[in-house]
Amino acid sequence: MTDRMPPVPDTRRRSLLARVLRNPLGAICVGYLVLIVLAGVMASSISGHHPNEIFPREIRLGPSAAHWMGTDSSGRDIFSRLLHGTLPTLRDASIAVIVASLLGTLFGLAAGYFGKWLETIGTRVADLLMALPGLVVLLAVRTVVGPSMPLMMVALGIVMSGGFFRVVYAAVLGVRNELFVDAARVFRLSDTRIILRHILPTVRGPAVILAANLMAISIAIQAGLVFLGLGDLFAPGWGNLLNGGFANIYTVPLELLWPSVAIGLTCVVFFLSGNVVRDEFARIGISAAAVALEQGAAEVSAPVDDNTGAPRGRAPVAAHVALTDNQAVLAVRGLVVGYPGAGGQVNRVVDAVDLQVDRGEIHGLIGESGSGKSQVVLSIIRLLPAGGRILAGSVFLGGRDVLRLKEREMDRLRGRYVAYIPQEPMSNLDPVFTVGSQLVEPMRIQLGLGRRAARNRAMELLEQVGIEDPKRVFHSYPHQISGGMAQRILIAGAISCGPSLLIADEPTTALDVTIQAEILELLRELRRQLDLAVLLVTHNLGVVADICDRVSVMRSGGIVETGSVAEVFADPQHPCTRALFAATLDDVPARAPYARRIIEANHG
Amino acid sequence: MVEPLLSIDRLTVTYPGRGFRAKPVTAVRDVSLDVRPGETVGLVGESGSGKSTIGRAILGLAPVTSGTISYAGHDISHARRSEWRKLAGDLQVVFQDPYSSLNPALTIETILMEPVTAGGVPKHEAAQRIRGLLDAVRLPKDSLDRLPREFSGGQRQRIAIARALSVRPRLIICDEPVSALDLSTQARVLTLFREIQETTGVAYLFISHDISVVRSLSHRVGVVNRGRIVEWGECAQVTERPEHPYTQRLLLAAPVADPVRQARRRDRWLAARTNTIPQPR
Repeated sequence: MTDRMPPVPDTRRRSLLARVLRNPLGAICVGYLVLIVLAGVMASSISGHHPNEIFPREIRLGPSAAHWMGTDSSGRDIFSRLLHGTLPTLRDASIAVIVASLLGTLFGLAAGYFGKWLETIGTRVADLLMALPGLVVLLAVRTVVGPSMPLMMVALGIVMSGGFFRVVYAAVLGVRNELFVDAARVFRLSDTRIILRHILPTVRGPAVILAANLMAISIAIQAGLVFLGLGDLFAPGWGNLLNGGFANIYTVPLELLWPSVAIGLTCVVFFLSGNVVRDEFARIGISAAAVALEQGAAEVSAPVDDNTGAPRGRAPVAAHVALTDNQAVLAVRGLVVGYPGAGGQVNRVVDAVDLQVDRGEIHGLIGESGSGKSQVVLSIIRLLPAGGRILAGSVFLGGRDVLRLKEREMDRLRGRYVAYIPQEPMSNLDPVFTVGSQLVEPMRIQLGLGRRAARNRAMELLEQVGIEDPKRVFHSYPHQISGGMAQRILIAGAISCGPSLLIADEPTTALDVTIQAEILELLRELRRQLDLAVLLVTHNLGVVADICDRVSVMRSGGIVETGSVAEVFADPQHPCTRALFAATLDDVPARAPYARRIIEANHG
Repeated sequence: MVEPLLSIDRLTVTYPGRGFRAKPVTAVRDVSLDVRPGETVGLVGESGSGKSTIGRAILGLAPVTSGTISYAGHDISHARRSEWRKLAGDLQVVFQDPYSSLNPALTIETILMEPVTAGGVPKHEAAQRIRGLLDAVRLPKDSLDRLPREFSGGQRQRIAIARALSVRPRLIICDEPVSALDLSTQARVLTLFREIQETTGVAYLFISHDISVVRSLSHRVGVVNRGRIVEWGECAQVTERPEHPYTQRLLLAAPVADPVRQARRRDRWLAARTNTIPQPR
């Protein structure tokens, strides 16, 4: 992606509530919640009966026109009691959730941001709270404070705050070392301000989800407590209805059904709304990625080069294409790769690419990020990310068109004919296995070697890639080795099954220059020993100059120039290639020595 | 003789070891350097050399174990919050990663306004100033109500530069500010840094692993290896005729974009490599 790219049209920023409402399930959940709150508020006018009004001649009746849900054993209208119970139930549950979220957020933010003793005490107390059996605590509280449901709910909130603390604390830990927090510190903003402006927003998501779940749990616990007779039996509430209904379960089973449905449905709705919120948060992430993809693609589909105004020429490529394929280890012909874009159209990120790598040749594929280099490489090994499709063209590996191979045949080709070295060596080693086992496993599968043979071969390979103490490294875990060592190990793994072609995607970009030089030297040595062909993807012209025989320059999904390194570097033809060379700092002179200039007058 | 804006004298930064009874780790050892007003001092070194820690120590983000850091004659090595608050407008930073250095939840306007208004500048004046800044870093006017994720890496780095400039600092610590950028973007951002220096007279402490980036921008250069400055001097001398073997190796290891010259350089690198005892890696 280039620097001068025009910003994309505004597609996102909608408030979370708006997003939730646009989600069908979210709309249903919000609708339900609004409905029951309204029903609770207007209980008297809806039901037409007072909840404690007794109809002495209408005891334990089924639903009727006068009593929609029937009457209970004292002759009270169940529908009215259910409606009047709504608000107290929600209020009690809210008390618990508000207490839990306030305590949890406050202490979670403080412990996560300030660390030190606050962190130690906070996590210990949270552990303690989470280890406490909640119901036992509530029973104890009840004996002390009496049957006051709000007080018991405060106690429940305190017990639940431990879990809330953990979630908030973890979220803060995730961002407290982010650079934007450091930047805010450099501006010497106050801690409160940093917490409120920069940390709280990232915590909001998990907190909202957890609060919704806790709400469901609190409703269930509140009803459960009342059902057990631990609350105030005369206060209206769904738990009380449940209690009364349970007494009459054999005579009027319906009486138990109504509060059960109300409690169950409400709990489910709270859980579901938590899920919807989580999905919407996740979707924000996805849409951001989609926007980025569209940006890349939009750039690609531009037919004219936006920097130089030159059309994307492909003429220099043609000469090479006409060559015979006998020598070719890899031949790509007319490759087109597309991703689905907005409005059902296809964005071509690779367009009509021809590429040939001969036996023993190191071929550099160079271009800026977003030019499509990695897409070409991933097409060759048929590992395009989800959504990516090869729309046209063919990829010949040793004369076979891999695009026509079945997945199983392709599996055999990977490793044995073509091997891949990734950019980030560390993230491509599995941290839970030793280096040795990660080398041995592929050889046993691909080459069918026995345990011992594979082990010996792995030792040889480690030695071959210049590791001085193969035995120690064989038994090491990835965290015990350096980045340069990890890259050597990945190279050892790549050559383990005797491939003819090595595809290296920015193999030295993540490494220091001194280690880069060593790795390039190793690749050169391996090519000499094994007669390997290498397709080296890089954005570093110096690396190409150092090791490559031929080079292809990519720009906006197409190859603009191909030729021998000597030719292309001596006399770049395409404007894009020249622009690339112009941007190198190799021949930029050192800056002249410092001379004091007085400019502070117009400054400040 | 120009009075230095920033001077560091025998700075040592030691972090407590992680875990029970772990040994403390010394990231920076006995480092001395100075930056004059309007000057660029480059610090070059490999990952883990401690070059970034020097920058963080100056900003008060890493603990100063011993030695002193003085800014405009005042010792700031153990400055209090209230003292730092006074310096907020003087000392600024641009970080490497343009993705995590901008809060993803805030609009560009909020990101740019916050430090200015926090410094006590009235709102309308701050708004005017940040519009001027957008021009200075060549971002479109309509950028203000967008979110960071709508911008490319190079554009984000421009925003980070604008944010640093917003309080009109006299010294900006630039911690690998162009390392995450494409070659052509990198060249443009470097030009921008230079133009800003020429118009505002701001000084830079420019930290990078890339010797050619440092060379293009710095008046003086320090080479950092294992927490120490192993070579220090005028830019041309350090980056073209280095004396310390480590600097020489660093220079030879960086490939140049010319196959003929690179072949010669590689031979010299190979010769230098066999002459030195390989370090355990």
